[in-house]
Amino acid sequence: MELLEQRPKVLAQFAAGELEAFETLFRQFQQEVYGWIVRIVRDPAAAEDLTVETFWRIYRAHARFDPDRSFGAWARRIASNVAIDYLKTAQARETQLSVSLPEESMQASLAGDPARQHGAIQNPAIQREVRERTQLAFQQLPAKLRAVAALALIEECPHSEIAEALNISTAAVKSRLFRAVRLLRNKLGNLDSSL
Amino acid sequence: MNEKLMNEKKEKQLAARLQQSLTPMDRELNRELWPQMLRRLNIDEREIDERAPGRQWLAVLFSPAALSSVPWFDWALLAVLVVGVCIFPKSIPIWLYHL
Repeated sequence: MELLEQRPKVLAQFAAGELEAFETLFRQFQQEVYGWIVRIVRDPAAAEDLTVETFWRIYRAHARFDPDRSFGAWARRIASNVAIDYLKTAQARETQLSVSLPEESMQASLAGDPARQHGAIQNPAIQREVRERTQLAFQQLPAKLRAVAALALIEECPHSEIAEALNISTAAVKSRLFRAVRLLRNKLGNLDSSL
Repeated sequence: MNEKLMNEKKEKQLAARLQQSLTPMDRELNRELWPQMLRRLNIDEREIDERAPGRQWLAVLFSPAALSSVPWFDWALLAVLVVGVCIFPKSIPIWLYHL
């Protein structure tokens, strides 16, 4: 309660560039920012570094912060940009190393009659391969689509919350989600006839 | 309308598949990040100082320690100069030329 009462003062002090106010806000919001980033990048170690990177950007932009507005929402927007930038660079690195799974083996085993397909799905090796291919297809999504897909499909965040964090409209979230789903379905192809 | 329902169904199936395939994330931060943040801020400030040596020189020049180390006759010389400039303001361009 005391913190809530102090908050406007702390926000004004932060906007004026005071390090102590920044430390107070950092300690108060680091968990929330980390939680948001880890949902997007899905890598705890990277999320820790990106949380620091987010607060570094926040500190540098203190003069642009309006103390009458929500610090949490502002921090979340910056965190989303940092996470998407990370996904873009990580993706470029992954493309260079490019690990691809054998295309034919599983699709051949899953193609054909439903009974054979059902048998293949029960096989632990095939299950593992299905999982790996799903992960790979997800990782290969363009960064902006991947962020929306992670938040909407895996974390089940409301579209309005995603829109606010990414600073885009709800319609844009739906459009990105639609494109992500289509790309994933194309990539996963024969893995599941229901998709 | 039918197509919309179909898309929603497919989206749900895909979501279920992704949730099964991707390991759940622990959203709890297990350590304090402030020391790391401080290191980052210190590195940033050091880089700014290195990029702007002029600013560093000015900071040293106007620090209380630097001012107290100036000998008294230098202050006297400066005072004479200021008084001279006040009495003969037309000498300012000459001083500027020599500087």
